[in-house]
Amino acid sequence: MSEHAIDSRELTRRFGDFTAVNAITFHVEQGEVFGFLGANGAGKTTAMRMLIGLLVPTSGSATVAGFDISSQAEQVRRRIGYMSQRFSLYEDLTVQENITLYGGIYGVSNRDIVTRTGEILTRIGLQDAGKELVREIPLGWKQQLAFCVALLHRPGIVFLDEPTGGVDPITRRRFWELIYEAAAEGTSVLVTTHYLDEAEYCNRISIMVDGAIAAMGTPAEVRSRHGAATLDEVFLRLTRPGAAA
Amino acid sequence: MKAFLGFVRKETLHLLRDRQTLAILLLLPPLQVLIFGFAVRTDVRKIPIVLVDPAPDVATLELRDRLAASERFRLLAVAPSTQVLDAQFRSGSIRQALVLPRDVERRLGRGDSLPIQLLTDGSDPNTGGIMQGYATAVVQRWYTDAVPSGNGLRIDASSRLRYNPTLESSHLFVPGLVAFVLTIMSAMMTAISITREKETGTMEMLLVSPIRPSAIVAGKVTPYVVLAFVSVLLVLIAARTVFQVPQRGSLALLLGECGLYILTALALGIVISTQAPTQRTAMIFALAGLMMPTMLLSGFIFPLDSLPVWLRAISNVVPARWFLLIVRGIMIKGAGLATLWQETLILVGMTAFFLIVGSRKLAIRLG
Repeated sequence: MSEHAIDSRELTRRFGDFTAVNAITFHVEQGEVFGFLGANGAGKTTAMRMLIGLLVPTSGSATVAGFDISSQAEQVRRRIGYMSQRFSLYEDLTVQENITLYGGIYGVSNRDIVTRTGEILTRIGLQDAGKELVREIPLGWKQQLAFCVALLHRPGIVFLDEPTGGVDPITRRRFWELIYEAAAEGTSVLVTTHYLDEAEYCNRISIMVDGAIAAMGTPAEVRSRHGAATLDEVFLRLTRPGAAA
Repeated sequence: MKAFLGFVRKETLHLLRDRQTLAILLLLPPLQVLIFGFAVRTDVRKIPIVLVDPAPDVATLELRDRLAASERFRLLAVAPSTQVLDAQFRSGSIRQALVLPRDVERRLGRGDSLPIQLLTDGSDPNTGGIMQGYATAVVQRWYTDAVPSGNGLRIDASSRLRYNPTLESSHLFVPGLVAFVLTIMSAMMTAISITREKETGTMEMLLVSPIRPSAIVAGKVTPYVVLAFVSVLLVLIAARTVFQVPQRGSLALLLGECGLYILTALALGIVISTQAPTQRTAMIFALAGLMMPTMLLSGFIFPLDSLPVWLRAISNVVPARWFLLIVRGIMIKGAGLATLWQETLILVGMTAFFLIVGSRKLAIRLG
């Protein structure tokens, strides 16, 4: 059994002739915030979908929370949380009903659902919104709520697929505070993003280019290894080598 | 189990919050019964008819009286010649004409053959055929009564329609409507509600969670099963109270078979939902792939016997075709499982097949 929250070895996924993810090997420590960076179509989401059991790898293997993603998918599912880039709560249910539903699906006891609902709503400042339909609350809050719902069953690892798309910088900042709080409590976070300022918040990052990992390490390591002042520069050099000055 | 119940609750909330759809789903079926019942009649009443009688005598007066007394006919005129018939047919003021020869009484007395011409407006072949039948029956009876007996051998065939002696069309369409309602409710609504989750992205959340795909599907369809059942009851009540459609067989068997067909339709809905990426495609699949065959190839509107051979072959794979036989058998003929077991078995087989295909596809989609 692996000590790491996530351990990926040569994980590969092909769609026909196209190799979306090409033999990626990396690991994520317990309580680490790990950023998956890359241009659109670089393979971040495909890699994540394999790790959470939505896609079967073509070759290679990985463990999540110590369980093999192919042969022990059931155990993996119980121990992870997931928030997709598309907003994933039910718009026509109330905040409370959404929380209760997910709690039920993950087998959280009724008493825990009640106490955790209180905690969540207080943390994101929606104390009075329990009975409101999700469609009626602002997008920034919806996303924070979706994140908290993904953590409702206290998973060891949470997967966030471009969680901050389309929200303003202040809400994004608030969102990252939530991520840190979760990590401080020992939850590992794997987050995909293409906002490079967000990458600086991560403990470690990997930059994916054409399905392969082109750079990996702490943001500072990645910058210095490429002799660049910002991650922006590194990113541009890696993704468009010809354009590098 | 708790996850499943939570899921049923959620699905019920979706349904209850979408008031418009709910109202349509509940009110449309009984409304359709009324519309079909009053508007789409294939039994004909008060057919405007003209009797062409160039030489009236006692015998033709008797025929005239019989026509005038019949509920089915409205004797517009007794004309001396066929001259005006063409124009009247074309304008639609008459739909039938009965042309008698001269010397009717004398021919009858001698037992001679009687050349009578019956003209029928055939622009609607269905009603045309029915009108022809009615008129022939009246003439037949009149002729039999008028010819003195003991005049050689006479064949007297009396025809009687079993199960639906007055040819009430409502007896025919109510079973069809039950099939139709169950198809919309079960197949289409299931397909739409599953694809909706794919579209909004919530399906991913569910597939990542420990809840089993089969529990997701079962949780989703449960409220629709209940709704479909309520709807069928409304249709049956409307049919019975407004149109006096009989219920000759066992009600328990009828409801049981409805339950079976609900399963068939649900399974089809699941198959559709695994194929369709969006609600819109699911709707089109359901409409084109299910509703049309259910309407046209099941015997609901067009008799299967009148279909060309290749379409009749296709109709064999339309579940509604078999369900219709079952419902008509139970309601109109009072048949039991002893006669309907083959049709039932076919539906069971189809359901199993669709469920297997559906769950296979559901699993593949995960890969």
